[in-house]
Amino acid sequence: MKGRLLTKLIAAAALAAAMAGCSDADFTDAEKRTIASMALSALAPLPADPTNRFADNPGAAALGATLFFDTGMSRDGNVACGTCHKIDRQFQDDLPRGIGVAQTNRRTMPLAGVARDPFFFWDGRRDSLWSQALVPLENPLEHAGTRTSYAHYIKRRFGERYERIFRPLPDLDGLPTSAGPFGTPAEQAAWRAMTVQQRDGVDLVFADIGKAMAAFERSLVHAPTRFDRFADALAKGTAPAGDAVLSEEEEAGLRLFIGKANCSTCHTGPRFTDNHFHNTGVPPVAGLPVDRGRIAVVDEVRADPFNCLGKFRDGGEEACGELRFMQKSSPELVRAYKTPSLRGVADRPPYMHAGQFATLEQVVDHYVRAQASVEGETEIHPLQLSDRERAALVAFLKTLSD
Amino acid sequence: MGSTGRMVVGAFGLVALAVGFLAVVFLTAPAAPGPDLARAKTSVKGLYSVAIAPETSEPRQGDLHSWIVTVTTRQGTPVDNASFTIGGGMPEHAHGLPTSPEATAYLGDGRYRIEGMKFSMTGWWQLKFGITAPVGADEATFNLVL
Repeated sequence: MKGRLLTKLIAAAALAAAMAGCSDADFTDAEKRTIASMALSALAPLPADPTNRFADNPGAAALGATLFFDTGMSRDGNVACGTCHKIDRQFQDDLPRGIGVAQTNRRTMPLAGVARDPFFFWDGRRDSLWSQALVPLENPLEHAGTRTSYAHYIKRRFGERYERIFRPLPDLDGLPTSAGPFGTPAEQAAWRAMTVQQRDGVDLVFADIGKAMAAFERSLVHAPTRFDRFADALAKGTAPAGDAVLSEEEEAGLRLFIGKANCSTCHTGPRFTDNHFHNTGVPPVAGLPVDRGRIAVVDEVRADPFNCLGKFRDGGEEACGELRFMQKSSPELVRAYKTPSLRGVADRPPYMHAGQFATLEQVVDHYVRAQASVEGETEIHPLQLSDRERAALVAFLKTLSD
Repeated sequence: MGSTGRMVVGAFGLVALAVGFLAVVFLTAPAAPGPDLARAKTSVKGLYSVAIAPETSEPRQGDLHSWIVTVTTRQGTPVDNASFTIGGGMPEHAHGLPTSPEATAYLGDGRYRIEGMKFSMTGWWQLKFGITAPVGADEATFNLVL
């Protein structure tokens, strides 16, 4: 009889516990809402880009894809966008700093979902996907080419395709083979010696190159992972099955991610980013030029002739809110860098804007310790996380990969 | 099982059910009351009545959007010619607004359009309006929870 009594007592206690929802495996309703908001299925359709009327033009996207992988689009004929943005490596290159014609100062960013960003590069120095694509072409460390050389190349290799998609090419006869505002002193002088009309014609072809590449890049999307299958099942109230089942450790990591560890404060939504810029005290790399992050490029993006308020934008100025109303002078912009998406993160070390950390464990350690920033104020605060909790966070991040 | 035994089991069962019920109530109860979410209030020095409303739908995280701010005197006269400074941020994260919103149009009847607002995170946001008009300078702070 005593045995039966004990059994009933245990059953009653278990019932009470189940009703109270205090089993370790359960998420609270608030946690469930947060998890649902991070699933890829919660991602809104890709908005149109009225500043690029070729953004959804298949011909432009096809030309953009061709150009993206064409090493002819560089000074030495060896560098394409795809050199660093490798198609089989999430469109990044696994290196601390990308190597074009020479080594750059920044980690190559993956490109899935990139068309959703309001600003581009780690510091947001461009305000559209198409104006972004132009910068590496002229950067002496990346493609290192010049504007007239690209215009001549387009005419020579893709003239017919270009004109079918965009417009008649300008008269390029007699223009310098290599001239531009960022080339060698001789190339810069040759650019200045051209007439305004000639420069405008070349700039228009240059902007169209960016618009074609942007049309292609709009097709690069995130793929659903184990986390998404788990989140979708949780949202439906069905039991996750197969690889959608997260281990106890992975679930613990997820709970920390959206709870005590405060990761989802910035790594939020289906792309795990707030699309904003933050100083998180990431240390500079010794030997690299001074890098002040977002604050250093505020004037650059506002003065860029290819920005939304410039004459190469299609559509109306109402599309330019991000640029018009961007933060321009806040001390929070000092050493602030873009919150990267964490989708696929476990498969692409090293981490941070200059590849400062080799492993996710080092990243977690950085956020736990929350060291002071070398300049400006870090937004993060020290955390108390046990070794087991740190490992759980890393285990959860891996569910964003497969 | 004797009647005493049954009573003991029953009592335990009832207690367990009661504990479970209380736990459910406790766990599903609304969180502690948050900040004052009123969208109409008197400015700090009492010069103006200030009301705010999103221009179209309630803002979503990450979307650039506009608000309409309506400024009247305490007597209800619409205030023309007001100029604004707009600040704020997330008190719990010690950072400001992610954008620099501006008053871009006067719509009449004390109504002004504030463009360039964005809430980059969910949570508690503050919006601080500095208002300057012929009546004087004053300010009003609003709380929003996304």
